[in-house]
Amino acid sequence: MEFWLQQTLNALQLGSIYALIALGYTMVYGILRLINFAHGDIFMVGAFVGLAGALWLGLPMVPTLLFTMACTALLGVTIERLAYKPLRNAPRVSAVITALGIGIFLEHFVLGTVGAEPRAFPALIAGGRFDLPGGLTVNSVQILIIGVSVVLMLGLDWFIRGTLTGMAMRAISWDRSVVPLMGINVDRIISLTFAIGSALAAAGGVLFGQAYPIIDPYMGILIGWKAFIAAVVGGIGNIRGAMLGGYILGMTEIYVAAVLPSTYRDFVAFTLLLLLLVFRPTGILGRVQAQKV
Amino acid sequence: MRKWTRVWVLACLVVGILTGAAMAQEIVVGLNVELTGSIPVVGQSSRNGAQLAVDQVNAAGGLEVGGRRYTVRLVVEDNEDDAASAVAATTKLITQNQVVAVIGPNASRNAIPAAQIAENWRTPLISPWSTNPTTTAGKRYVFRAAFIDDFQGEVVAAFARNNLGAQTAAVLFDIASEYNKGIAEIFRSSFEALGGRVVAWETYTTGDRDFSSQLTNIRAANPDVLFLPNYYSEVPLQVQQARRLGIGARILGSDSWGSAELLTLGGADMEGLFFTTHYAPDIATPVAREFISAYEARYGNTPDDVAALTYDSMQLLFQALQKAGRVDREAVRNALASITDFEGVTGSMRFEGTGDPVKSAVIIQIRDGKFTYYDSVAP
Repeated sequence: MEFWLQQTLNALQLGSIYALIALGYTMVYGILRLINFAHGDIFMVGAFVGLAGALWLGLPMVPTLLFTMACTALLGVTIERLAYKPLRNAPRVSAVITALGIGIFLEHFVLGTVGAEPRAFPALIAGGRFDLPGGLTVNSVQILIIGVSVVLMLGLDWFIRGTLTGMAMRAISWDRSVVPLMGINVDRIISLTFAIGSALAAAGGVLFGQAYPIIDPYMGILIGWKAFIAAVVGGIGNIRGAMLGGYILGMTEIYVAAVLPSTYRDFVAFTLLLLLLVFRPTGILGRVQAQKV
Repeated sequence: MRKWTRVWVLACLVVGILTGAAMAQEIVVGLNVELTGSIPVVGQSSRNGAQLAVDQVNAAGGLEVGGRRYTVRLVVEDNEDDAASAVAATTKLITQNQVVAVIGPNASRNAIPAAQIAENWRTPLISPWSTNPTTTAGKRYVFRAAFIDDFQGEVVAAFARNNLGAQTAAVLFDIASEYNKGIAEIFRSSFEALGGRVVAWETYTTGDRDFSSQLTNIRAANPDVLFLPNYYSEVPLQVQQARRLGIGARILGSDSWGSAELLTLGGADMEGLFFTTHYAPDIATPVAREFISAYEARYGNTPDDVAALTYDSMQLLFQALQKAGRVDREAVRNALASITDFEGVTGSMRFEGTGDPVKSAVIIQIRDGKFTYYDSVAP
C-alpha cells in the first residue's frame, strides 16, 4: 500500500509536468487546428530562461517563475506572429513543417548561445524531506511541483470557462469563421493563446529544472512528444483532457516501471495508450468533429 | 676509377660495421600515438610518459638484457587519430624501423586496426589506453595496460563486499548502453560469487530524467549499497532523486563518473561517494609517487591517466625484455604473456593467458568537492 502511494506521488510529479506542456499543444490545436511541434522546444527555452533568471539575476523561486513565464510568453507570441500568422490560410502541412523548423531553430539557437554541455539548474527552494507515518516520503520539490501545477491549471480552467476572453477562445475553437462577426479580434485571441500556452510550458520548464536539475538543449524533444501524446489521449483540443492525459501518461509510465523491468516501460505504456485510442479515437474527453467534405 | 671503387667499398664496410655495432647496442621501441587530430592531449601525454620511461632507463645506463647493456631508442609516429594512419604508422614502425615492440595507439578506434597489423607481423603491441575488448580479443601479440570496462564490475563488487561490508546491493543502469550493461552484469555475478545478494536490479534507457519509479522499488528492497555504473551527466539526477526518496545506501560508480562535470552538476549530493577508475593523480603507492614527481619536474604539469598508462606500458615492455633475455619479438611476446608480478603506477598487473591484464583499480572518493584517492582494490 505504502509502496503504491509512493509511486502515485512519483506519478503526480511527472504527470504535472506532462500536463503543463500538453496544455499548450491542446490550446493551439483547439484554436488553429495546428500541431505546434515547436512546443517541446519552447518548454526547453523556458527552462533555460529560468536558469538565466535564477543564475544571472539571482531571483528566488516565485519571481523566477513569473519572469520565465513572461519572457517565454513573449517568445511564443513572436513565433506566432512571425512564423505562423503568414501561413494562416496556407495548407495545414506548411504550418506543421514551419513548426518543426521553429523547433529545430530553437534547439540550435540555444546550442549555439549556451553550448551543448548539460547545465545544472540551481535549487530555488530549500530541500526538505518529510517522512509521513506509514513510510511515505514527500519532499519539498514534489509539493512545489504538484502545488504550482494544480494552481496554474485551476486558474486556466477558470479563465477559459469564466471570462469573456475565455469564451472567445472557446468560440474560435468551435467555428473560427463566425467569430469575427461578433466583433472579436481573432488575431488578438490567437496571440493570447500562444502566450498562455508558452507561459505554461515555461512554468513546466522551471519546475522540471527543480525536479530534474540537469538541462540541455535537446531535452524538449522527447518530453514534447510525450506531452503531445498526453494531449491526444486526453482529447486534443480539450483543456481538461490535456490535464487528464498528462496525469494518465505519468501514472502509466511510473506504474509500468514499478512492476515490469523498466525496459518495457515505454513499450507497455504506449501500447496501453494506443489501445485506448482504438476504443476512443478522439481521446478521453475529445469530441467528434463533423467535417464538410 | 678502381681507386674510387676501393674507397667506396671501404666506406660501405666502415659504415656497415659502425651501424651494425650501434644496432647491436640499441633497442628500438615504436610509439604510435594521437599527436594531432581530435585528441592531441592524449597523444602528448602518451609521448611524455613514454619519453620519461626511456630517458630514465638510459640515464641509469641502459637496459640490461641477457647480460648486455642496451640503450633504448624511441621512434615516435603520429597516427593523426585516424584508423588508416594508425595502420600505416604501425606498418612503418614494424617493417622500416624494425622495432621490437609497438606502444599505442591509445583510442580503440585506432588501436583495433593497428592491433591486427601487429598480429600479422607477429610483433608485440601494447595499447596503453584502449578499453574496447576487440583490441586484444583472439590476438596473440596484442596487450593492453588498461583494464577493460566490464572488469570494473568485479572491482566494485569486491570493494562493496570486502571494504564496505555490504550484504545486499541494488543496481540501476542504462540498459540501452553497452558500457553500463556490461559492468552491471559483471557486478551482479561477482557480488553474488562473493556471498552478497543483489536485491534490486533496475534499468532505464538513455535520456531518462525521472528514475522515481525504479528508485522507489530500490527503496523497498533496502540495499546496503547502490551501484550506478552510468555516465556523469545522469548520475547526479539519480543520486539526488535517491536521496529525496530517503535512500540512505552508500552509492558507488564506475570510471564513467570521472569527469569534473559530475561535481558541477551534482554538487554537495556527490560528497562521500565512491567510484573506480584507472588512475588518480594523488595516488599514494611509492611507484606512483616517484613517477608523478618525476613527471611534474620534467613537464611542469600533473600526469593524466594516459601518461601513467603509457609509462606502465613501457615498464611492462622493459620487464618482458629482461625476462626474455634477448631482443626478439617472439621471446618478448612470450615473456609479456607470462608476467605475473608487475608493480606499475596504475596498480599491480599480471597476464593470465589473454592480452588483458588482471590489475587493481583505483577507488576514488569525492571529498570536499574533489576526486580524492581512497584505495587500490584488486579483484
